[in-house]
Amino acid sequence: MVLGTYKEALSARATDSKIQKVAQDGGIASALLIHALEEGIIEGAVVAGDPNDDWAPYPQVATNADEVLQAAGTKYSMSPNVFGIKEAARQFGLEKIGTVVVPCQMQGIRKAQAYPFSIRFIGDKIKLLIGIFCMENFPMASLDTFSEAMMDSSLNDVKKMDIGKGKFRINTTDGTKDIPLKKTHGYEQSGCNICNDYVAEWSDVSTGSVGSPDGWSTVLTRTDNGVDLFTSAVDVGLIETKPIEEVKPGLPLLEKLAKGKKDKSKKEIERRTKMGIPTPVLY
Amino acid sequence: MFSRIKKALSGPNEPEKEEKKPVEEKPQETSSPTKPRVGYIHLSGCSGDGMSLTENYDILDVVLMDMVDIVYGQTLVDRWDMPEMDLCLIEGSVCLQDEHSIKELMEAREKSQLVCAFGSCAVNGCFTTYARGGQQAQPQQESFVPISQLIKVDLALPGCPVSPEMIANTVIALTEGNMTYLQPAIDLANCTTACGCDLLNNVIRNARCTGCGTCALACQTRALNMIEGRPHLNNARCIKCGCCSTSCPRMWLPVNQIKENTGL
Ligand code: SF4
Ligand code: SF4
Ligand code: SF4
Repeated sequence: MVLGTYKEALSARATDSKIQKVAQDGGIASALLIHALEEGIIEGAVVAGDPNDDWAPYPQVATNADEVLQAAGTKYSMSPNVFGIKEAARQFGLEKIGTVVVPCQMQGIRKAQAYPFSIRFIGDKIKLLIGIFCMENFPMASLDTFSEAMMDSSLNDVKKMDIGKGKFRINTTDGTKDIPLKKTHGYEQSGCNICNDYVAEWSDVSTGSVGSPDGWSTVLTRTDNGVDLFTSAVDVGLIETKPIEEVKPGLPLLEKLAKGKKDKSKKEIERRTKMGIPTPVLY
Repeated sequence: MFSRIKKALSGPNEPEKEEKKPVEEKPQETSSPTKPRVGYIHLSGCSGDGMSLTENYDILDVVLMDMVDIVYGQTLVDRWDMPEMDLCLIEGSVCLQDEHSIKELMEAREKSQLVCAFGSCAVNGCFTTYARGGQQAQPQQESFVPISQLIKVDLALPGCPVSPEMIANTVIALTEGNMTYLQPAIDLANCTTACGCDLLNNVIRNARCTGCGTCALACQTRALNMIEGRPHLNNARCIKCGCCSTSCPRMWLPVNQIKENTGL
């Protein structure tokens, strides 16, 4: 299955205007974390913050709604959230931890849970894994190139970054600027080119903008925990939903992108193998 | 016990009869024949792995009390002569200038169906790699090598120490003959060196790193920090345990096991 195993696919958004204002798209990741915190499902969440306000993300531990909102919004460079789990468990002493991660990080966490060689008493503390759709990730210097060299804006002035409808967009103090996504190709980190997971197939709940209209997110609930949390957030009115069949462009686009990523990574792995470059061993 | 795993490990050529001999020859063993007999040997290591093992009494007493018989091991069993074992966990590297250790290692190999290099010192030398002799009370003891340099090792569990969960998982997989779970540890058995710079050599230099941070989570000495989306090694803190690259999802990924665990 090109979207992995899932129970339900929906289009959804957070109802709270506070979340809508700061979050990317439908604000589902923020809403779910806040709900999980309020319900005591987790005591804290590892999120990708922007501690220096320069778009260089770094994991932060959020233990309340305000801290979750402070870190809301997608960053397009790597935030090593899996490392942040260590801080949540050891420094913060949290027993129930949630996090929002991209698919490759999900793989790292799931591997650590299955084979915790040196990773002692961490796997069972992870109670919520929200996965976000991810096509690629950029080193900071690449973002800098897009912003400074291609759009003539200092990263410091960028208020929001966004990828959608074939464009890489920034909102700056002097308006919105964009470049065609094509121009960003080749600037992604090389590890992304052998990545075959677009939709975080091993999450509790996956979410991302693709498939849903502006201001809404596509949601795939996967595990029982994921379903329970999502349903409960809908029940208390924190999240509203629409059937995915009723929105445009809907699942076909998501499936197309997910399949495209799998095909491309397969090709790249073959290319590298031919060159004698090792790729991940799969068991 | 374990003959299926042993068979899978030794390849198709070895006669099965020979492998089963130790089990059949020892009917006088007090332990129940259906429970695997596990021994534990401590060579040159800090005892951390043994402590981790005994922690399982607390968190998973079913595994260690009901599923296996611990038949040999200092501080664990009151017995001095080495019995036949289905599985021998060996902690610590082996000192080439210590005859007693070498003899014990060889004897363990003879008496065990399976030998597990238990903890990073046994697997790859870990911090004993830094040993250079000239210290009291045994100034001549200077060479500490991974046990797989002297004997055939069947599976390896790096960790400094190995986590109690990992020990429990492995023991359960062994008793159930779960080859899917054991295969990565079997494939690690021949690895004899490790360092934080394996991440540079094997992952980053080969265009595999994604900046996920799992390596830094796995590092037990905080020798790794994440800087600009890549692990950054502080050599002075690295004990050469190999846990970082072993945990990296871009070195190997247990897809089938994860699917089984998560139902996804
Ligand atoms: S594309 Fe894959 S490897 Fe790259 S950041 Fe996204 S999930 Fe990670
Ligand atoms: S960096 Fe850390 S995990 Fe890696 S080998 Fe060194 S001490 Fe071990
Ligand atoms: S675990 Fe591997 S892929 Fe992840 S940051 Fe470390 S070296 Fe890179």
